[in-house]
Amino acid sequence: MKALGWIAINGFREAVRDKVMYSLVAFAVLLIGASYIIGELTAGQDLKIVKDLGLSAIAVFGLFMAIFIGIGLVSKEVERRSIYALLAKPIRRSHLVLGKYAGLVLTLLVNVAVMTAALYLVLAYLGAREADFVRQGREASPVDPALLKAVWLTLVQLMVVTATAVFFSTFSTPILSAVFTFLLYLAGFFSADLRNFDQVVDARSVQMLARGLYYVLPNLGSFDVTAQVVHGLPVTWRYMATATAYGFSYIAILLIMSATIFSRRDFK
Amino acid sequence: MALAIETIELTKEYAVGFWRKRPHRALDGLTLQVEAGEVFGFLGPNGAGKTTTLKLLMQLVFPTSGEARILGRPPGDLDAKRRLGYLPENPYFYDYLTAEELLTYFAGLFGLEPAERRRRVSMLLDDVGLGSERKLQLRKFSKGMLQRVGIAQALLNEPDLVILDEPMSGLDPLGRHDVRSLILRLRDRGCTVFFSSHVLSDAEALCSRVAILAKGRLVASGRLSDMLAFGVRGWELVVANVSDTVIAKYKPRISRAQQIGGGRFALELPADATPDRLLAELIADGGALVSLNPLRETLENFFVEHVRQRQ
Repeated sequence: MKALGWIAINGFREAVRDKVMYSLVAFAVLLIGASYIIGELTAGQDLKIVKDLGLSAIAVFGLFMAIFIGIGLVSKEVERRSIYALLAKPIRRSHLVLGKYAGLVLTLLVNVAVMTAALYLVLAYLGAREADFVRQGREASPVDPALLKAVWLTLVQLMVVTATAVFFSTFSTPILSAVFTFLLYLAGFFSADLRNFDQVVDARSVQMLARGLYYVLPNLGSFDVTAQVVHGLPVTWRYMATATAYGFSYIAILLIMSATIFSRRDFK
Repeated sequence: MALAIETIELTKEYAVGFWRKRPHRALDGLTLQVEAGEVFGFLGPNGAGKTTTLKLLMQLVFPTSGEARILGRPPGDLDAKRRLGYLPENPYFYDYLTAEELLTYFAGLFGLEPAERRRRVSMLLDDVGLGSERKLQLRKFSKGMLQRVGIAQALLNEPDLVILDEPMSGLDPLGRHDVRSLILRLRDRGCTVFFSSHVLSDAEALCSRVAILAKGRLVASGRLSDMLAFGVRGWELVVANVSDTVIAKYKPRISRAQQIGGGRFALELPADATPDRLLAELIADGGALVSLNPLRETLENFFVEHVRQRQ
């Protein structure tokens, strides 16, 4: 376990010393900060717009980080041959996959926390400027803690995407891994539609294929509660727990498959 | 004698080609034994299969057939890895780390306690001559400096067995001298050193035994003294104050004669010649002795002869 911690911390250090990461976070924070200008253009909806844009920015920039750093963490080790000296140390190959993954999750956690803090700062600033009659008429507080529910599920979603990126990078090139992960990410938002495909198509084989894909693809839509949170609709703890458990199970399966493939691979 | 490394009919095939993959045998039935405490040279020209063998021993690749044991255990065994140091060929480490951070990271993977970790990292950086560059990021390191870091990381756990892939690669003469001394120090403290090289002088200076590989097959293996038959393969006699006519008189008894200026001749005599008698006759003819040296078999001669046969 100690070795796993060392690999995770080194993975985190690698990510935070990457200039691309700083650019992404800085850009996301700027976008969140600037979102209040867009809010100003809308009559009485500024807080909702800022919340919506802020949460979307966290999801999109988090996605970039998850894919671009996720595909690099393992494949860069192989490509640059730093893996040779590393695997000579008393660690299993599965430790490497899990440690790298943990390091990236730590990176995501820190970055999502920075972006969330920026969002709350903007919201607190807007809330302080609000007129009293607006304050009385709105559905939710500007610094609504319920936003954290959306942020948490976004983080779980990013963890699923990262696990997918790590999975592809254990046997594929970085570019192909990025493409596969992005396609899977897009497909993940439509996977709920595949469930009801039998109502649209009559062919049995297509129905079976759609049902199979529904079970295999991650249902990423289930992690998106931005609309509910922004509009002050309830997101139950039960839903949160179920979505989190689903995400963690999907991650566990992907990591087991990644470790299995990686453990049998030749490093020429 | 306990074995540090043992391979039995170890074979590795890679699939090559883009469209229609075909097997390429990089290593063909290697059977080898390295005894504990010896310095063993693993020699061969480029592409002979040396690195493939080392990767098989480190379980970076898996064998197509055959087996290997390191410190009595299969490759990849964690207990064996705890007692093992490995320097890959042309090592590359993380650009964003300093030499000190890299060694601290690797020392952590060995489970060393903080105080011991600091002690060993500091000592090894000094040992490989990088004490003053410890805070420098590895992206600023030259090839030779990276090689030194690679050697330091291979010794972090005070290993019983060190496997070095081309340890002299990228080093300047001073660096090579340092690494040679280091290998001898490791041997003196009972550590087994198994290193690959195509620089024969390194092997000749350091090894008790060597193996020579060519095109994936073992072509020779054993003690240097046995392989080279340190006996004389001829004599080189240099004499002065002799003329062409005098030399012509002795032509049937010498294999080669070359005028080397200043009235001197270098004469090569066969191994069964009696140089003292010929020398006495040459002196009687007015000549003077400059030098007389036995010609011995070198590892280079041996290597070229055996590898050429295989190729």
